[in-house]
Amino acid sequence: MLLSGRVAIITGATRGIGLSIAKLFIAHDAIVYVNGRDEKQVYAVVDQLNNENEQAKPLIFDVSDDRCVKDAFQQFYKQSKRLDVLVNNAGVLDDALIGMVKKDQIAKTFSINTFGALYTSQYAIRLMSRKKSGAIINISSIIGNTGNSGQAVYSGSKAALIGITKSLAKEVAHLNIRVNAIAPGFIDTDMARSIPEKMFQERLDSIKMKRIGYPEEVANCALFLASALSSYVTGQIIGVDGGMLI
Amino acid sequence: MSNKIMIKCFVDALGISEETVADDLEYNSIPQWDSVAHMQLVAALEEAFDIMLDTDDIIDMSSVAKAREILKKYNVEF
Repeated sequence: MLLSGRVAIITGATRGIGLSIAKLFIAHDAIVYVNGRDEKQVYAVVDQLNNENEQAKPLIFDVSDDRCVKDAFQQFYKQSKRLDVLVNNAGVLDDALIGMVKKDQIAKTFSINTFGALYTSQYAIRLMSRKKSGAIINISSIIGNTGNSGQAVYSGSKAALIGITKSLAKEVAHLNIRVNAIAPGFIDTDMARSIPEKMFQERLDSIKMKRIGYPEEVANCALFLASALSSYVTGQIIGVDGGMLI
Repeated sequence: MSNKIMIKCFVDALGISEETVADDLEYNSIPQWDSVAHMQLVAALEEAFDIMLDTDDIIDMSSVAKAREILKKYNVEF
């Protein structure tokens, strides 16, 4: 068990990569606060994840709303008093060629993918700094590293997350708080399945390992970054992409 | 009692003497009270009084007197 006694918050944990991370963390004995915006969905996932130890707990808030984040962390603090791991996973993907990108689309993407991670990190770091220990894991994307046609907004929001990761890692290293990011490639989630068939095939062809990745494989990397196995690792962006080239 | 606890937080977080912690001591007015120490002070106050401060209050905490005023908002009695 790599996370015994640890308390984690995972944003966007009701499906896909976030849900896989929640499952793996619980399997490694962590207490996991499952975040999502939809109360019904969050409770359904908490029920699904819960074992007799009730290691999954609901934490309902919209990461893009700083007031909601503040209230949620204050509520969390009353319940838990400690935070060991924050996984900033909540994200949206809404592709469009630059000439067809709406202002609202830009605002929404950055609000969730980027600003949300900043809001949660602010509060998480304050809780972690009390114990002089903690790990923050930002789920970025290979697109944040390489860019991609039709994804200027998404790649911008995920590239920003890489900058945030590197800056925060430097800022809080003296507090023994580690900040790292994972840059998943093409992962088998609802998000990946939502793209057109032709593009789906092109993505598969660009992967050296010749297959799509699975959320569990991203979760394995998150487990490494959350646990003492990575006790001397900070400011890193780890690709989980099967050798994908874009 | 709360005042003593608050002063101890300043002493420990900023590494200054108890005598230096006067009401008119202001953020950035001494080298010891810089932004890094300010965050350590916030952590110390939150831990000591079992509260979680709003980000706006952290930014507004510009003096010892102001810190006391902000703590009162969180039901800390002086």
